[in-house]
Amino acid sequence: MNVVVCVKQIPDPASPGKLDPSTKTLVREGKLVVDDSDMYGIEMALQLVGTAGGGEVTLVSMAPNNETAGLRTGLAMGAAKAILVSDDSLKGADALTTAKVLAAAIKRVNPDLVIAATESTDGYTGTLPVQMAELLGFPSITFAKSVQVDGTTVKVDRQTEAGYDEVECPLPAVVTVTAGVVEPRYPSFKGIMAAKGKPVEQLTVADLGIDGGVAVTQEVTDVVAAEARKAGEIVTDEGDAHERIVQFLEQLKVI
Amino acid sequence: MAFDKVWVLAEAFEGKPLTVVNELLTKAREIGTTVEAVCFGGDAASYAADLGKFGVTKVYDVGDLGGALPGVPVASAIAAQIAEGNRPDAILFAQSYDGRDIAGRLSARLNLGVLTNLVGLADDGTAEHAIFGGETLVKAKLTGERPYIFLVRPKSFAPEESGGGAPEVTTIAAPDAGATNGAKISQRHVEERTGPKLDEAPVVVSGGRGLGEADKFEMVEELAKLLKGAPGASRAIVDAGWVPYAYQVGQTGKTVKPTIYIAVGISGATQHMVGMKGAKNIIAINKDQEAPIFSIADLGIVGDVHKVVPKLIEALKGR
Repeated sequence: MNVVVCVKQIPDPASPGKLDPSTKTLVREGKLVVDDSDMYGIEMALQLVGTAGGGEVTLVSMAPNNETAGLRTGLAMGAAKAILVSDDSLKGADALTTAKVLAAAIKRVNPDLVIAATESTDGYTGTLPVQMAELLGFPSITFAKSVQVDGTTVKVDRQTEAGYDEVECPLPAVVTVTAGVVEPRYPSFKGIMAAKGKPVEQLTVADLGIDGGVAVTQEVTDVVAAEARKAGEIVTDEGDAHERIVQFLEQLKVI
Repeated sequence: MAFDKVWVLAEAFEGKPLTVVNELLTKAREIGTTVEAVCFGGDAASYAADLGKFGVTKVYDVGDLGGALPGVPVASAIAAQIAEGNRPDAILFAQSYDGRDIAGRLSARLNLGVLTNLVGLADDGTAEHAIFGGETLVKAKLTGERPYIFLVRPKSFAPEESGGGAPEVTTIAAPDAGATNGAKISQRHVEERTGPKLDEAPVVVSGGRGLGEADKFEMVEELAKLLKGAPGASRAIVDAGWVPYAYQVGQTGKTVKPTIYIAVGISGATQHMVGMKGAKNIIAINKDQEAPIFSIADLGIVGDVHKVVPKLIEALKGR
């Protein structure tokens, strides 16, 4: 079974985010890392391929400046190869444009299953996987908290407002996984060394032959600071801080 | 007003529209002249009058989906209406599990962009979403062809009835979408939760990594129960598998705006804060005095949650 995992390479979430003052889109220059949300998908894919007893995991990513640092993490975990689309014309691309690019790249692999995170940590638009599924002509199951493949059917426990649903669909399909669906492995030293020799195919928009190029469908009109909350009273616990909480709750007439 | 006709996806549960639907309908009346609703699931006729109270004059009912996940069939039904010339200027969706699926499918089908995670929508169509943990608001407009597709986070607008009568209900068909409509629900599981719902509770008590281990979440549940509130969680302990995803408060989880939010052992990652900074009052207990959560807390207790919370529970029990 061949599985594609969509991988987003993002600015390190530990450092503060920035907006480009002219385009007002997220700055994605500098060193990028693999989005933590995607680690679960990579692990899930590796496990499913392992259970199937054959096939491989391909990572697909779109990132500026031919960035591959995040992809190397996934390759070190055990993915066989990666496809990276990098093109200056994609700067500031919206979710639908990105979905078109990823769908075109995924078609080259002809996978049985495509896995993505429910949403990225930085942009968190949250619609891309389903847009991509529609463009691929695949069914999709979102918010998977467990995934199994049985022959040509994928079986998913899908998170709902009230609990979860057991959902099935025939392959090929797109599945989005929630964090916690599996515990991602740490790359081994051997894996890290092996990753250096694994193929990363680098493509441009022209290579993908996307019709109509890149359309801009939205315009950022303004960026403003949100109304800030102020810090209030800080109490260091000397064994009686709970009394201050009780008082506070009394003031608010909650108790 | 920027829009003539506005549609709202009216999701329902157990025969009642979700609270967020009332929020969206209230906003739709503000930005549009005519407000209509799209329903699915098969029991729209039973709650159409509830939608009328919030200004809906017409309901398009896709009906029972035969066990299919809603994304594909509902998007197909909406796309078919548009192809026939029944074209709204804007469609509002909740940023919910099914809302995202339907909006995503529709966006790709119509080749139109979407604006998501909205917390504000002005009547000229300018939408607002928060980034960097809610510190910054980005205002954006869709351009090009209509309908504009907007996904709105729950709790962004206060619901207000308009006192309208029962709307007309029209059945609309979902054309066969072939292989894309392959996802079918075989079994539903409703997890019993006692007490108020997380996103409606006046008091929310959330636990994070600072609890140390999964078993200590009981402390959070007990405190929530004593205050007649709901327990919640940070992404860290949901990822760790201590509690289900449904408990998660934050960017990738629920937005809550309770009267009181108590953060127990939560440091305050931006991804968490965006989901709870709208609370009227915030109490934070954390042993690290540098924790970012203290920068937005009305009352911050620098201390060990394993000492402070049991004493607090005892004190509340003794009242």
